[in-house]
Amino acid sequence: MNTVTTGDSIHVLDDRAAQVWTKGSSKEFACDRKSTAGAVTQRACAFCGSRVVLYPIADALHIVHGPIGCAVYNWDIRGALSSGPQLHRNSFSTDLAEKEVIFGGEKKLKASLIELIEFYKPKAAFVYSTCIVGLIGDDVEAICKQVTQMTGIDCIPVDSPGFKGTKKSGYQAACEAAYKLVGTAKTDGIKKHSINLMGEFNIAGEAWMIRKYFERIGVQVVATITGDGRVDDLRRCHGASLNLVQCSGSMTHLSKLLEDKHGIPMKRVSFFGFEDTAQALYDTAEHFGDSEMMDKAEALVREEIAKYAPRIKAYKKQLKGKKAALYVGGAFKAFSLVLALRALGMQTVLAGTQTGNAEDYEQLKEICDPGTVIVDDSNPLELAKFVLEKDVDLFIGGVKERPIAYKLGVAFCDHNHERKIPLAGFEGMLHFADEVARSVLSPVWKFAPRRSLHMKTNLNPGND
Amino acid sequence: MATNTDCTTTAGTPALGPEPEAATRNACKLCAPLGAAMVFKGIRGCLPFLHGSQGCATYIRRYMISHFREPVDIASSSFSEDDAIFGGARNFELGIENVISQYQPELIGVATTCLSETIGDHMLGMIKTYQDNHQAEGPPLVHVSTPAYSGTHSDGYFATTLAIVKKFALPSNFRLSHRVNIIPAMMSCADLRHIRELCERYGLSSTLLPDYNATLEGGSWDAYHRISPGGTSLEEIEEMGASTATLELSHSQANVKQSAGSYLKSACGVPLHSLGWPIGIRLSDQLFTSLSEISGREMPSEIADERARLVDAYVDAHKYVSGKTAALYGEPDFVIGMAAFLSEIGVRPILCATGSKTPQWKELLHNEIEGGMADVEALAGVDHAKLASRARERKPDLLIGSSKGYPLARELGIPLLRCGFPIHDRIGGQRQLYVGYRGTQQIFDRVVNAFLEAKQEYSKTGYSYL
Ligand code: SF4
Ligand code: SF4
Repeated sequence: MNTVTTGDSIHVLDDRAAQVWTKGSSKEFACDRKSTAGAVTQRACAFCGSRVVLYPIADALHIVHGPIGCAVYNWDIRGALSSGPQLHRNSFSTDLAEKEVIFGGEKKLKASLIELIEFYKPKAAFVYSTCIVGLIGDDVEAICKQVTQMTGIDCIPVDSPGFKGTKKSGYQAACEAAYKLVGTAKTDGIKKHSINLMGEFNIAGEAWMIRKYFERIGVQVVATITGDGRVDDLRRCHGASLNLVQCSGSMTHLSKLLEDKHGIPMKRVSFFGFEDTAQALYDTAEHFGDSEMMDKAEALVREEIAKYAPRIKAYKKQLKGKKAALYVGGAFKAFSLVLALRALGMQTVLAGTQTGNAEDYEQLKEICDPGTVIVDDSNPLELAKFVLEKDVDLFIGGVKERPIAYKLGVAFCDHNHERKIPLAGFEGMLHFADEVARSVLSPVWKFAPRRSLHMKTNLNPGND
Repeated sequence: MATNTDCTTTAGTPALGPEPEAATRNACKLCAPLGAAMVFKGIRGCLPFLHGSQGCATYIRRYMISHFREPVDIASSSFSEDDAIFGGARNFELGIENVISQYQPELIGVATTCLSETIGDHMLGMIKTYQDNHQAEGPPLVHVSTPAYSGTHSDGYFATTLAIVKKFALPSNFRLSHRVNIIPAMMSCADLRHIRELCERYGLSSTLLPDYNATLEGGSWDAYHRISPGGTSLEEIEEMGASTATLELSHSQANVKQSAGSYLKSACGVPLHSLGWPIGIRLSDQLFTSLSEISGREMPSEIADERARLVDAYVDAHKYVSGKTAALYGEPDFVIGMAAFLSEIGVRPILCATGSKTPQWKELLHNEIEGGMADVEALAGVDHAKLASRARERKPDLLIGSSKGYPLARELGIPLLRCGFPIHDRIGGQRQLYVGYRGTQQIFDRVVNAFLEAKQEYSKTGYSYL
């Protein structure tokens, strides 16, 4: 027999109890921990973190050193677009075989790098070490040095074997690797009012939209890191005068390096939702102390909102009072989502992240309504539990969360790196509202057994 | 011609010079623990558990979800750096406890990842210690060794079916008449359902190992299920040693040292029918012949009618397909079955590719292709970049395989018939039927229509009758 349960009977593991919190309770809240063994975490590994961050650098060669799985599960799964080279969309791997695991994979790595560089002519190469390599002790750094010398192409090791920690340690390794390129080219032609857009991954072309806003108010974008990324942009991004950091989880380390070593200040921003997008533009104008820029920003915001607000208002009427759950990678995304949902008249009743830290969660607690459940590093059972207990109408998450919602007759919207719809900026807010509405208001939920308890009697009248 | 990223330099120009050989570029295979997880998903109340770092489990979950669109919960012992160095015993024990407490499984399927294999964690010892510490309470644990560096997902899949029968099937002195064991290759959910139904038509009850037809394509839920309903029960698996016969629907298993079917034969005395993936008339005929032999019944008339209609369809459409060429890729068994089918309708499978290095795969393939092998290239252990470079030269009319062939099909301007695993850019991969006359009919129609559609699309006149 399979166990059939309702939300109430699903329990939270003792080891994880402190990572589940309800607004209004006085309980302590814990986060920033390793995942519990056997908990079926939704998190991936450190390698995944580094791959996510560096993947969109489109003219670099990305090769995964290890057995095949880690590389192939990653093959072109993300929606980060490039306006030029597409090299990043390939999956290259040393695909270690048993004898290389025993005798070392250095030779194969070296041969692979040389051949691939010769063939594809990348601007740089990133070499990701996976668990096995961390274990068998290949000297990846030495191989990279040798190949750099032989080919003249920078080969950069990314030290991120999966077991090294959570995705966050991978972010850190990626930032270290990216930083190796910074400062290696001239900064000629960079204007005074210039920025780097950091932690923007150009999902479905979002970086292009944001870049246009800045150009419209007279700000030069030196580099988008790492969406639609280019090696040469990274080399000279230290010439920008401000860093706007969107996905702070992934990019804080790099922006700190840029601040400490090159004196470039950073600002945390978000381009999700009207309010946040407007705020990001205003903050930038204010930072540069340029009143003309501020005027332009205000005009831009007015114009854009006028374009989209009426349609969003119409959606709000239809969505008012619906309840949403969200489980996303980074905390910044969660804040923006709570606000954006509120703008659609919806209430967030469950909010969780894979990688939030204490500071992030404080902020999340702040903006959520009383009664909202906040979870850190959750798993399918817990998420299902709260979907049922809170009776949500919409779940926002990634591919792994989708079946949890769908099985229980709940609408779902994708908000991770795999989606193909741009949600950033003013226009993105309309896409978001549109997608939420199309799913939440779809007539199909009527047929979902959990939501149509009368189905049985209707189909079999007479034996209810 | 659209460019394909596997043959373009960063400048956007075609990459020239010798093809890289050392690295794998766009692999045509997945890793062994994925195959193990597929099998575990086909056992009732079973939770797959990967012993190693958690990334592998998460990636595999994501990958399977994108094809099946169903919950795929896979636990992991979540190694940290310390565990990688000092061994994963502590995490293993804690992980199993947590899995039991959360999921209340009837079985835990433990597969090793590359990492735990390499550090040499002694799984059987760890399982025994765990069970000793828990007075053998809780569900049974079955272990399979699946380092990805010595095999693909297909290898992991069959290694797991073998591990399961070895652990659970009981030798028996009597035979359950009218009960057959089926060891399918990595087929679609619809295939598994159809095979079960076919057995019933012959008056046979069947034990499929695995049977993920319901767990990976289930209904909408009225209450939450910790583990998706469906799958083969442990009792059924125990009784596999007492069945009348085993049908192993996999060419690749016919030649390995030991398979689930050959184990059941040698250890439990269950007669083995080694068949292929039954796509096409000839391979399906073999399946039905076996079912007749085992049941002592003639082919039921409905099935004979299906066969007759299929032959009729072959005749009606032969002109549209004969002389055409195709390139196909995927699991070793799938490619053999599909090549056999294509060659019997007059489509030349000029490129047959698999990422696995299955022993004697090329010979097995040769045996099934009508009209000789002179123009057929068999590529084992191949990746998509190499397949693409051969396809550029051979210029097939049609591509058949997973979604992963899309960039190539787009580049060559030929149709891609999405078959096998994974299909993540269309819906319904798990519902496609390939086996038996009925499945062949469906795939036949798709093949013919792909050619017709291409002809119509690219014709100047836009014919409306074809
Ligand atoms: S380490 Fe091995 S088991 Fe894990 S994903 Fe990579 S290839 Fe697969
Ligand atoms: S082997 Fe390590 S790096 Fe690769 S997927 Fe698994 S945890 Fe991640």
